[in-house]
Amino acid sequence: MEVRVAMIGLIALTLACGTGATRADGSGDPTAATSEDGKYFDKAGNPTYKVQEDGAVDWYTYSGFRRYHSECHVCHGPAGDGSSFAPALKDSLKRISYADFLGIVASGRKNVTTAQENVMPAFGDNRNVMCYIDDIYVYLRARANDAVGRARPEKHDDRPEAFAKAEDACMGFKP
Amino acid sequence: MRKFLIGTALSTTAVMAAGSVYANEELIRLSQDAKQWVMPAGNYAATRHSTLKQITADNVGKLQVAWTFSTGVLRGHEGAPLVVGDVMYVHTPFPNNVFALDLNNDGKILWKYEPKQDPSVIPVMCCDTVNRGLSYADGKIFLHQADTTLVALDAKTGKVEWSVKNGDPGKGETGTSAPFVIKDKVLVGISGGEFGVQCHVTAYDLKTGRRVWRAYSEGPDDQILFDPAKTTALGKPVGKDSSLATWQGDQWKIGGGCTWGWMAYDPALNLVYYGSGNPSTWNPKQRPGDNKWSMTIFARNPDTGMAKWVYQMTPHDEWDYDGVNEMILTDQQIGGQTRKLLTHFDRNGLGYTLDRDTGELLVAEKYDPKVNWTSGVDMNKSSPTYGRPRVVSQYSTDQNGEDHNNKGICPAALGSKDEQPAAYSPDTQLFYVPTNHVCMDYEPFRVSYTAGQPYVGATLSMYPPQGETNMGNFIAWDGKTGKIVWSNKEQFSVWSGALSTAGGVVFYGTLEGYLKAVDAKTGKELYKFKTPSGIIGNVMTYEHGGKQYVAVLSGVGGWAGIGLAAGLTNPTDGLGAVGGYAGLRNYTALGGQLTVFALP
Repeated sequence: MEVRVAMIGLIALTLACGTGATRADGSGDPTAATSEDGKYFDKAGNPTYKVQEDGAVDWYTYSGFRRYHSECHVCHGPAGDGSSFAPALKDSLKRISYADFLGIVASGRKNVTTAQENVMPAFGDNRNVMCYIDDIYVYLRARANDAVGRARPEKHDDRPEAFAKAEDACMGFKP
Repeated sequence: MRKFLIGTALSTTAVMAAGSVYANEELIRLSQDAKQWVMPAGNYAATRHSTLKQITADNVGKLQVAWTFSTGVLRGHEGAPLVVGDVMYVHTPFPNNVFALDLNNDGKILWKYEPKQDPSVIPVMCCDTVNRGLSYADGKIFLHQADTTLVALDAKTGKVEWSVKNGDPGKGETGTSAPFVIKDKVLVGISGGEFGVQCHVTAYDLKTGRRVWRAYSEGPDDQILFDPAKTTALGKPVGKDSSLATWQGDQWKIGGGCTWGWMAYDPALNLVYYGSGNPSTWNPKQRPGDNKWSMTIFARNPDTGMAKWVYQMTPHDEWDYDGVNEMILTDQQIGGQTRKLLTHFDRNGLGYTLDRDTGELLVAEKYDPKVNWTSGVDMNKSSPTYGRPRVVSQYSTDQNGEDHNNKGICPAALGSKDEQPAAYSPDTQLFYVPTNHVCMDYEPFRVSYTAGQPYVGATLSMYPPQGETNMGNFIAWDGKTGKIVWSNKEQFSVWSGALSTAGGVVFYGTLEGYLKAVDAKTGKELYKFKTPSGIIGNVMTYEHGGKQYVAVLSGVGGWAGIGLAAGLTNPTDGLGAVGGYAGLRNYTALGGQLTVFALP
């Protein structure tokens, strides 16, 4: 079911975008258009990833890799590949937008039928998730667009000072 | 001695006490009848050995499928069915249905129990919605549901006799382990090590479900049921506040040490044995100290819960090496003396043999040669670090600090073995151990605690050891000397409990779905059959109508299902997997089936 929805989504996107766009996911073209303190945004203002020619990823993508594999992968599988009981987010992000993603993570969702019980909890008050929600999003967005592979990114940008400050404030860490 | 005890109970104490002794005697008697399989490991000593010998090394090649049964649930199927009299009891993962099947009538369903549980418990179960099975006593079947409800069902009708809540899923407390009956009590552990639960073992009255005692894994002495002067560790009294002194501040309150594994019981010593899991979080920097008594083998009096002795295998865990695996009780000769032994294959890659009366450490050796985080355990009794593993700095995720990616640690967090229980044959005096052969990168970082939310704090990548393609081995182990006798490679982790039989045959399942039979002496493969889904259940055997049967649950999932089913799928994906290695999903798919084998 999940796969079929994803495929319909893909077909729709392909039709809508025609042949002009090279890449598009649930939030549109993921190409980085602007950056602020080491964080990248697409032309619509959604957070996105940036991968250098030597394979180095931006700090937020790397941070997302780490937090994803701490908080999300036990259900959604390594590298967003899905598992026997939750969908592959690298596919889901091809059709859902940044706003949808935030909403689902914060509020959770249920898909309980006679054949399966898929239940995603609400993470809205979980700082380990919500303080890094953009990081997790850009990592999965990079996975959805095959910009990073399944393995741990070998190289990454340094941790920006703005990130460290925001992290301490959000997590309640004493600097 | 046992008769004398019954006599005393009848003549002096209340009728209730007499009933309790009978329940215990009944279980001992039933577990000695090889035709039945009345507790998760077949017997109190947890040997998973059967004296049935109709199926032998000579004829097992002719084994056939006798009958099958679909559980109707598509998730990880751990544990094994029970056979009591003419009835087989089959459990399922969430929603934890129970079926009673009539062995006299081709497995006709006598009754079905279908609990109604809030599905919001699903996402607080760490590693799939598994359940490790049922227990039987006193005409009742006991089930520990995902939502921590412990329920007693009438074995004849499936009617609920009593039920009690053992925890709060809202705090991340869940039920996955099998209950364990001793005398007039049902003992049960709890899961939630990735949610900062202060875990415990709790004993409930067999007849009523009334709570009798609860022993936490960490906390003040009155919560962990320790006597500072009498409870010992490696032969010495543990002293006051033995747990509290090893945690910073109140961290023990969210300390983990979960009790989701297996229990064993020695009726002569009147001690119950089990292990505790990882301290929460996975980031060791955030919880300084030894974090006692996580990662510990406990020997407790089942009547009171009081601990007689403890041994912490992995002080201040840095790798998620839960200590919950089975404790196998054997009597063997060491140095010309018959010793009462406890053998335990820990996640940390060491096979331990202890004196189960005193807790003396006799053997601690690697049961996978690739284990590299430790150079071994200090066995010098006069050393200040006696009994502690020597940690190799290169693989110390604590010494290397937060935000450092520690590469090539063996074993992976899955352990050299997880919950899949080993078997022991008194005929060969060998242990048959299903193992994982997986290494990892481990990067810890800071996390904050929110009740009922994951509390992990590390990211891991897993892969086979460098230069190897097999991610599992099935080994024979000599517990007296700590040596591997033979070892069979398996492409994937062997995540299925082994069965040893007096026919000289050892059985186990594989993640691809094969049930395999090997020669107990040599490990030579004698038979295999591919069941509909990967096997993470435990093989059991019984006799009915003069015929020996072997049964196993299929249904891939569990942690193996997360790490492997969705994991190493691409041979060139840079996770260290060697070319030609292909993922589990190319071999099997979800399922939920019981397959029963017999000779034609």
